[in-house]
Amino acid sequence: MSVETSFKYDKDYVGKFSESRQEPQWLLDLRLRALELAQQLPMPKPDKTKIDKWNLTEFNHISSKENGTELPEQVKALIGEDGEAGNLLVIQNGKTLRSSVTEELAAQGVIFTDLVTAVKEHGDLLQKYFMQDGVSVDENRLTAIHAALVNNGAFIYVPKNVEVKSPLQAIYFHDDEQSGLVNHVIVAAEDNSSVTYVENYLSTNNEGDSVSNIVSEVFAGPGAKVVYGAVDNLAKGMTSYINRRGRAGRDARIEWALGQLNDGNTVSDNTTHLVGDGSFADTKTVNIGKGDQKQNFVAQIFHHGKSSEGYILTHGVMKDAASSIFNGITKIEHGATKSNGEQTERVLMLSEKARGDANPILLIDEDDVTAGHAASVGRIDPIQLFYLMSRGISKAEAERLIIHGFLGPVVNEMPLESVKKRLVEVIERKVR
Amino acid sequence: MSTPNLKIENLRVSIEDKEIIKGLNLEINGGEIHAIMGPNGTGKSTLSSALMGHPKYEVTEGNVTFNGEDLFEMEVDERAKAGLFLAMQYPSEVSGITNADFLRSAINARREEGQEISLMKFIRELDKKMELLEMDSSFAHRYLNEGFSGGEKKRNEILQLMMIEPKIAILDEIDSGLDIDALKVVAKGVNEMRNPEFGCLIITHYQRLLNYITPDKVHVMMQGRIVKSGGPELAQRLEAEGYDWIKEELGIEDETVGQEA
Repeated sequence: MSVETSFKYDKDYVGKFSESRQEPQWLLDLRLRALELAQQLPMPKPDKTKIDKWNLTEFNHISSKENGTELPEQVKALIGEDGEAGNLLVIQNGKTLRSSVTEELAAQGVIFTDLVTAVKEHGDLLQKYFMQDGVSVDENRLTAIHAALVNNGAFIYVPKNVEVKSPLQAIYFHDDEQSGLVNHVIVAAEDNSSVTYVENYLSTNNEGDSVSNIVSEVFAGPGAKVVYGAVDNLAKGMTSYINRRGRAGRDARIEWALGQLNDGNTVSDNTTHLVGDGSFADTKTVNIGKGDQKQNFVAQIFHHGKSSEGYILTHGVMKDAASSIFNGITKIEHGATKSNGEQTERVLMLSEKARGDANPILLIDEDDVTAGHAASVGRIDPIQLFYLMSRGISKAEAERLIIHGFLGPVVNEMPLESVKKRLVEVIERKVR
Repeated sequence: MSTPNLKIENLRVSIEDKEIIKGLNLEINGGEIHAIMGPNGTGKSTLSSALMGHPKYEVTEGNVTFNGEDLFEMEVDERAKAGLFLAMQYPSEVSGITNADFLRSAINARREEGQEISLMKFIRELDKKMELLEMDSSFAHRYLNEGFSGGEKKRNEILQLMMIEPKIAILDEIDSGLDIDALKVVAKGVNEMRNPEFGCLIITHYQRLLNYITPDKVHVMMQGRIVKSGGPELAQRLEAEGYDWIKEELGIEDETVGQEA
């Protein structure tokens, strides 16, 4: 089905925008090609979730709001001790507010900067990674719109053999109800390097009709390790399309720890390609839906390399009249011998109207592999509630305890203390 | 503080439209320990579950007041906060919540905001009571009842009883599945609670628990009501002679619910 779009940004606009940023020719070309594709390509089709009534294409590109020089309180609250150590990026309404990296890391050749600066100062390096082998421009209308209008984000580059010890933290804060959030993150870890990156998405627009279009691309070179933590907490007024994708080389390792806790309608896809032999991916996600929120979550791992290992663990809680689809996909390609893929999806529904649908999918084109899956969807146990309440605990508190108990096994397994702490805070607020 | 009082008058309870309790009267005061005995299937556990507010049971008739207030007007948590406690026959397992966190939530639920029990005091109390119940300290940090053996669950119920310090406690077959050593430990816990501000209803079909906790009153339940009451000597006679003499005395052929002529 082809829908005519009234997409309001044209060639002229995109050209001028690129020029105002003093972007290199390759990026201008990419944007213009993307813009054309945005008018031709169909919308993405998330499995079992209808998004044709969602607004994911109409938004104001650039915020007209001026940022102050101080960090907003909500942002300060998110900055952990590691952030204060000096590796911190804060972007407010698409504009860079803070960008700092320690001298020690800079001296080792580590790059951690906002995307606008990366385009100016590391254009050639960025070009190698930007929408080439990770997320492609031409996947669908929204990836094309993303490329045409990408506004800011983060670029992280870790040279060969460099181990970044403390986490790099980024906060994307949005308090402008009018403008969209088109954010792009690249984490490139060269051979035998390691890095941990933690991001927080936070917005305040409970009302209004805004859009976020977020892409992350993670490249772990041979022997490299990337730990990627994220807590998504965009407000109700924002409809989100999120793609986080990784490619792991030989013996490389990518660990995802994702708190998918937006309050607005959300399509969020996390895909890892285990390209190299002996590569490893671990995806852990915690998800909550409330109100009349609709969400679609994909967690998938493709095994291309021999002896590759992929693990997916997803726990979701659906409150009120929220509904979510959880698709877990393990695909073992022909030739990926001795690979192992395992996945678990569990969904807890708190009310009669809440809906959760867990679909564990194993696609295996190779004989010499091991794979397994488990899934469960269930309502809160009234006898459990009775037991807790019989000790004087209110219904709301009993539900809270059961939810924490249900999400705990995933939260506690998250590889980063700061993500764990932040998750607990957001869960606390969301389940109240 | 007035003496706790639980007064049950002409109580009728159904499950899925089948009447189980058929007009039951009982009054328990602070300082008293009552035992309800009876063979299986006579409605004993239904009585305890209905009093606490189990969602499956429907009270169709009768009045129950707890310290003068209508018990059935209260939600489950309100009954608990008013001082009622049920040690369950089959306690739920709740994953992800430690025993200690759960107990602290339960204690703090009874206190005003800002008046929460201090962590130090809580740990002191918990250690003391777990020692008395001969529970390994690791139980504090295990998930609530998860993977506990039957006996461990029962001890854990008594631990909750001792930490929460209710006014009236119902112990529903707390002795089933316990070996003699565990039974003595559980009895020790209950005896520790004995005081004029605490009343207790013990539901059991064996007399052996009553060797260690001497009841003030013993009631026999058949066909959904109390058919005979007496002192501790009644329990001893039941132990020695079984229930048949009562059935003969009352002309009951089948004591289970729904079998009366």
